[in-house]
Amino acid sequence: MSTIRTEKNLQGITTAHPDGIGGSPLRPDGILKVKGEFAYSSDMWHENMLWGMALRSPHAHAKIVSVDITEAVRHPGVEAVMTYEDIPGSKFYGLEIKDQPALAMGKIRYHGEAIAIVAADHPETARRALAKIKVEYEILPTITTEEQCLDPETYGYVHEPAEYKGHASGNVVHSQKVVYGQGVTDEVRALADVVIKGDYVVGMQDQAFLGPESGLAVPAEDGGVDLYIATQWLHVDREQIAPVLGLPENKVRLTLAGVGGAFGGREDLSMQIHACLLAQRTGKPVKIVYSREESFFGHVHRHPAKLSYEHGATRDGKLVYCDARIVLDGGAYASASPAVVGNAASLGMGPYEVPNVNMLAVALYSNNPSCGAMRGFGAVQACFAYEAQMDKLAAELNMDPVELRQINAVEQGSIMPTGQEIDAPAPVADLLRRVKALPLPPALDTTHLDVRDIPGALSNTSHGEGIVRGVGYAVGIKNVGFSEGFDDYSTARVRLEVIGGEPVAMVHTAMAEVGQGGVTVHGQIARTELGVEQVTIHPANTEVGSAGSTSASRQTYMTGGAVKLACEAVRNELVALGRKRYGWDYNDLSLVGGKVVSASAGALVPIADLLGDSAIDLTREHHHRPTVPFDKETGQGFGHVQYTFCAHRAVVDVDVELGLVKVVELAAAQDVGKALNPLSVVGQIQGGSTQGLGLAVMEEIVVKDGKVRNPSFTDYLIPTILDTPPMPVEVLELADEHAPYGLRGVGEAPTLSSTPAVVAAIRQATGLALNRVPVRPEHLTGTGE
Amino acid sequence: MEFLRPATWDEALAAKAEHPSALPISGGTDVMVELNFDRHRPSALLDLNRISELTAWESGRFEGQEGEVIRLGAAVPYARITRELSTELPGLSLAGNTVGSPQIRNRGSVGGNLGGASPAGDAHPALLAAGRDVLVEAESVRGTRLIPIDEFYVGVKRNSLEPDELIRAVRIPVADGPQQFSKIGTRNAMVIAVCAFGIALHPKNGTVGTGIGSAAPTPRRAVEAEEFIAGELADRGLWQSGGLIGPAAIQRFGELVAAAASPIDDVRGTAAYRRHALAVMARRTLTWTWNEYTQSLRSAA
Repeated sequence: MSTIRTEKNLQGITTAHPDGIGGSPLRPDGILKVKGEFAYSSDMWHENMLWGMALRSPHAHAKIVSVDITEAVRHPGVEAVMTYEDIPGSKFYGLEIKDQPALAMGKIRYHGEAIAIVAADHPETARRALAKIKVEYEILPTITTEEQCLDPETYGYVHEPAEYKGHASGNVVHSQKVVYGQGVTDEVRALADVVIKGDYVVGMQDQAFLGPESGLAVPAEDGGVDLYIATQWLHVDREQIAPVLGLPENKVRLTLAGVGGAFGGREDLSMQIHACLLAQRTGKPVKIVYSREESFFGHVHRHPAKLSYEHGATRDGKLVYCDARIVLDGGAYASASPAVVGNAASLGMGPYEVPNVNMLAVALYSNNPSCGAMRGFGAVQACFAYEAQMDKLAAELNMDPVELRQINAVEQGSIMPTGQEIDAPAPVADLLRRVKALPLPPALDTTHLDVRDIPGALSNTSHGEGIVRGVGYAVGIKNVGFSEGFDDYSTARVRLEVIGGEPVAMVHTAMAEVGQGGVTVHGQIARTELGVEQVTIHPANTEVGSAGSTSASRQTYMTGGAVKLACEAVRNELVALGRKRYGWDYNDLSLVGGKVVSASAGALVPIADLLGDSAIDLTREHHHRPTVPFDKETGQGFGHVQYTFCAHRAVVDVDVELGLVKVVELAAAQDVGKALNPLSVVGQIQGGSTQGLGLAVMEEIVVKDGKVRNPSFTDYLIPTILDTPPMPVEVLELADEHAPYGLRGVGEAPTLSSTPAVVAAIRQATGLALNRVPVRPEHLTGTGE
Repeated sequence: MEFLRPATWDEALAAKAEHPSALPISGGTDVMVELNFDRHRPSALLDLNRISELTAWESGRFEGQEGEVIRLGAAVPYARITRELSTELPGLSLAGNTVGSPQIRNRGSVGGNLGGASPAGDAHPALLAAGRDVLVEAESVRGTRLIPIDEFYVGVKRNSLEPDELIRAVRIPVADGPQQFSKIGTRNAMVIAVCAFGIALHPKNGTVGTGIGSAAPTPRRAVEAEEFIAGELADRGLWQSGGLIGPAAIQRFGELVAAAASPIDDVRGTAAYRRHALAVMARRTLTWTWNEYTQSLRSAA
């Protein structure tokens, strides 16, 4: 039930090949993955390979009094035991702020922090050796609540002031203000007829990728290391690994291994440094594979957040002001906290015109698990709060919640609270109109009941009793690409040559394929731009320049754009060859069906004949338009590359007696600029919507006093097929003229609005305020936390 | 760790006698999880997969039990119970259908649930409700012991088996009235019970069986609730008339079921929610079973 709408504002992109852009060719990795034959990073093997493993702290905050590795070293089969003292280079690493020790140095700041690493001939040997390492801890009181974090004089510092490396002070990692219009003053407040206040809480969501952290480090003869790794950005991994190993970057070579999902959770390093250190020490290949439990400690999570919003509006529903404060718990180390704060602050008003804004977003250091990148990245938390506010305001004004959103929606030409003009289509009101216009699913038929269709499903908790239906709407705004002055360029190398009499294009990038379908899209771009049938995708590695991160909805825009540039350069060189050889003076040449074609004179020559034995091999970088950092005090600045929008309508059935929820349907409408691969685009929207649904009703890492209580898929629940409803999708293609092919990043926007839409529907069914996600049965039945 | 693979039941009993600390494994849906998490390192595993009689069931009459009885092999997987025994053992069949995923239901078995004796085991409430003469066949080289289900669960993840005993089968009376099973999870499939409730009407002897899961240190019956509702049904002649139980009695039944639980707050749910949900499930399942019973009375008339 997915449709691609025909409305387009950019013509002239022709698809000369059915598997070119605009087509939906099969993914090269798809069948292998479905059949279980795809080689993931955890499947790698090397002769003489050792197994690496880390000893992790059972405490969230402690001094390490001593570490005694004597017995572990003596354990038969153990080839190396290392602590921070054995690190040859820099002892710290980090994505934005290098504040995280590669192995704990005298202090534990979160539950699960790695203290020592072991390499042994078998995983069981390594486990037994870890058990023989004696660590003496002096347990410290944890600093975990907002109150504790913001009062370091009383409760202490996560990082002592002498060691503090963040962007602020105390236990604050980073903060960002946004002041727009007149800010929020008494005079501004006086302009509002109605005022809506709310406090909201977002729990700690996990990326819950299925392929655990894993990789294989192989020592090289030149003293360097070759690392085969599942990651999101090869080059930024290398930037962080090499200094710790005491090696120049060119001696640390990375190749992408099969990635089993990422969603932001592989932006930070996990086992990379540990495997390389052990390989360097032992001179043997070292493989590390996390167990599911270790995985929950081995990567960062989505920042839990506390959000306070106050909106003022006129009687007719126009927003007058918004005063907001967002507190994100960054956990023990900085990870991506600064950028998450930047997003929360700059996107925290939502896709609405708010004439007067006062916003403060901060991320805290605490003894909770570190939090960083996850799909939606700072915009998810804010969207839950501002969309709840919109519903409250609509109720207060007795207005239709969709209409209220529409009359305040941004459009092309609107000014964001950062002062940045939205200079591309922003069809927010139209997206809302579209999801609202979709037919509603039929009412629950209690006469022919299939328990799988109702809350509780096969658990058989209801045969129709207690079930109330609700409908809710939400819309969100997300940025695409890295913001605030970051030049996250992408590199692509394209080689055109004749193999077996046929022209073949080879595309070589360092793009991490994490399941998003980038390799499929690269093939499509090469086919469209070079008119070839055969495209080979070179394994992603650091032999070619950076492709930037597979995150921020940016890869098709950025590395896809680089592939396009490289293909164009190759095409130009090929055509120049033809002009030189045949004296063409046509200005209407393109490459179609393996031939050089003139629009006026028809096919001129097969590419294979023109190219002969030569090859054209060119590398190009793609940079997006420059942005600037937000002003620290006012948040003003042209900070974002591109905006993207998605709207949802959720229909839920709630068993109001038992507090169980079944999402009946989750409809979405999103503008994607140009769907390079419509099937993948719809898949991204449905996947993102499902991840948002998970945050709405079940996904939460439960942390108490810094301890993770549910590090397993037994108790960290993600949606099953019975929780995942039909998801009609409407895709708009309103081109952004700044972007390659007019495309707009797709992956994150649907994760924002699905959460508040589902919760709005539950609110409608229950009449409850529900200011916290995930919503638990307890919240719906008044039975505690 | 030793891995013992007896080919016959007698060999299995001998192995267990020789290695009393050996942990029996069949489907592995519990045991392997525990091993993976490194929670247990048993000295030996006793693999029962070669013993085919454990995956068979038979129906018949057995000494000490009234009426038709299903003798369910310890390793009959839940998927087969649901497929093959939904008429004879409706409560257990419904419970089995809520276990894990299809893959887990293809491997997991009642013997495993009983061996693990976790309060969250889905089979327990159904077994408890099915009647006081549900018997666990525990065997050792010393002989066979029939343990009434009421005496089987003795503590958190502890049962009344002796170290040298293995579970061979469970003898469950064929249902003589409607049975139901309900379970709470925070998603719509593949959940460990936050709490669960089983109920069985026994018109032959005028009793009502119940079982509570995940809301006390062990699976347990709601004895007062059983006696209350059995009393109501008898005093008002409802077994014969098929009349309505009435909202007050249904409400009271729910309250007594909730009161019988001793739940705790944990990562899966609060104690207050568990009590609340048990009351709701008790009311609903009593209503469903009673409606089914009265319909059967009417269609028989």
